Amino acid sequence: MEISILTICYLIGSVTFIIGLKMLSHPETARKGNLIAAAGMGIAIFGTIFLYQEEGIKLGNYAWIFTGLAIGSLAGTLAAKKVKMTAMPEMVSLFNGMGGACAALISVVEFGHISHDPGSVDSVTFLIIFAGLIIGAISFAGSMVAWAKLNGRIKDYAFNGQHVFNLLLFALIILASAWYIFNPQAGLNFIFYTVFALSLLYGIFFVLPIGGADMPVVISLLNSFTGVAAACGGFLYNNPVMLTGGILVGSAGTILTILMCKAMNRPLSNVLIGSFGGNHKGTAGESKDQGNFKEISINDTAVVMSYAQKVIIVPGYGLAVAQAQHVCHELEKVLADRGVEVTYAIHPVAGRMPGHMNVLLAEADVDYDKLQEMEQANEQFASTDVVLILGANDVVNPAAKTDPSSPIYGMPILDVELAKLVVVNKRSMKPGYAGIENELFFQPKTSMLFGDAKDVLQKLVAEIKTL
Amino acid sequence: MEQLLNWFTIHQQMIYIVILSIFLGIEVIGRVPSVLHTPLMSGANAIHGVVIIGAIIVMGKAEHDNYVALLVGFLAVVLGTLNVVGGFVVTDRMLEMFKRKK
Repeated sequence: MEISILTICYLIGSVTFIIGLKMLSHPETARKGNLIAAAGMGIAIFGTIFLYQEEGIKLGNYAWIFTGLAIGSLAGTLAAKKVKMTAMPEMVSLFNGMGGACAALISVVEFGHISHDPGSVDSVTFLIIFAGLIIGAISFAGSMVAWAKLNGRIKDYAFNGQHVFNLLLFALIILASAWYIFNPQAGLNFIFYTVFALSLLYGIFFVLPIGGADMPVVISLLNSFTGVAAACGGFLYNNPVMLTGGILVGSAGTILTILMCKAMNRPLSNVLIGSFGGNHKGTAGESKDQGNFKEISINDTAVVMSYAQKVIIVPGYGLAVAQAQHVCHELEKVLADRGVEVTYAIHPVAGRMPGHMNVLLAEADVDYDKLQEMEQANEQFASTDVVLILGANDVVNPAAKTDPSSPIYGMPILDVELAKLVVVNKRSMKPGYAGIENELFFQPKTSMLFGDAKDVLQKLVAEIKTL
Repeated sequence: MEQLLNWFTIHQQMIYIVILSIFLGIEVIGRVPSVLHTPLMSGANAIHGVVIIGAIIVMGKAEHDNYVALLVGFLAVVLGTLNVVGGFVVTDRMLEMFKRKK
């Protein structure tokens, strides 16, 4: 009887995951979808605690389980509630790492149980335990590095031959695992723990050389890794909900990773391996004589913007870093009060993660209808008086269209040059993430407005109010 | 080899689940607008927290005198819960902001 109820619990869990994911991919239903998946997860978890049995024996150690759940829930809720919207990507990475670690630890305990008598189980069980360990550990270590990188705690790091080193490391992990799986002996248990350590090391070296701008793609990839690690647990315990949940995330995560790469117009392999040439990119555009750029004062900007009919704001990474989304919304309001039509043009990869800019602007109460996607915005630029670019660079770089030797060649961009006047706010003339010069800054229509985005916007708002 | 084939026969249902889930995952995500990439990733992140169920089973089966299993299992439960709860709460916070405000 109880087992049948548990089966139903797992069925509900699996179905809610599918429905939840489906709903998460539409703006109107997304929030409900998340709650539905969460409810299904709750049913599956409590069903397991109270109804699960193996050979007629129920689970024990309730005190431990509930203490663990309480600590995890408390810490998780606090962390999730307190994190700033701009720090969202590293938070996701951190939680992903926790899941990976959890999967690896399950393999450690299960291995501890059977390692005294390795002959008692078949080699496929060992294969699953090793797979869970390796994937979980790589996902954990990689996510931690991604988290620290987004935080600015560690910098990109690559050494000569890292590519080869990583491949050798990975080969060693596979060989050692295969050796144990085919010769399971109690005396060889150290191999398991060595593989654990090597997998952690591999996770670190896998992510370390990849550039900060590509972290979202890496996090998405590691996300699908953790899904597969969870599915290994599903095989181990014959547990359908772990299997569906894990595999679903594994495949959906992979597709999402590819979609993200597509938005940047870069193949995944380029993101993962391309980093090795990263140090040389900076020199690409420097040899060309770019000519002069012109500066514009805050006063002048205030004047042109308030007498314009149509203004489009192009927010980018710089806006996110300066946490200027609220002031930006204020600027939009003072301009709207003067009868100026203000909208935002959002490039698919603006911000620190695809879609991140929308979340940031939504946080600042910017109306959803004011956000225009790239295709929409590109039709509007020609009839626009002023385009204000806030901390965006590569997404407005015309080199993506004109210069086949540019690393971002082929990436779809916002055609801001069609507007009558382009004002670019940047902290300095330093090139953007991709490390390439931007011709746009040197065009006659373009004026540079230097300074921290938040600071500049505050002054701009104050200035417009006095006009 | 024989073990592998046996295992396939015993677990064929699970293998079917895996293959169907792979295609389902691809279909479900297929046409997501880029606006939702971050929340979707975060939501998927919470869902793979289902690994917590494995941690609970490990924890619940541990013998009372096996302190290593108890401690490692406990750690796994805490980390898994962090993944699930943190993941869903963060996703909800992100999506909350998409709602139209008056």
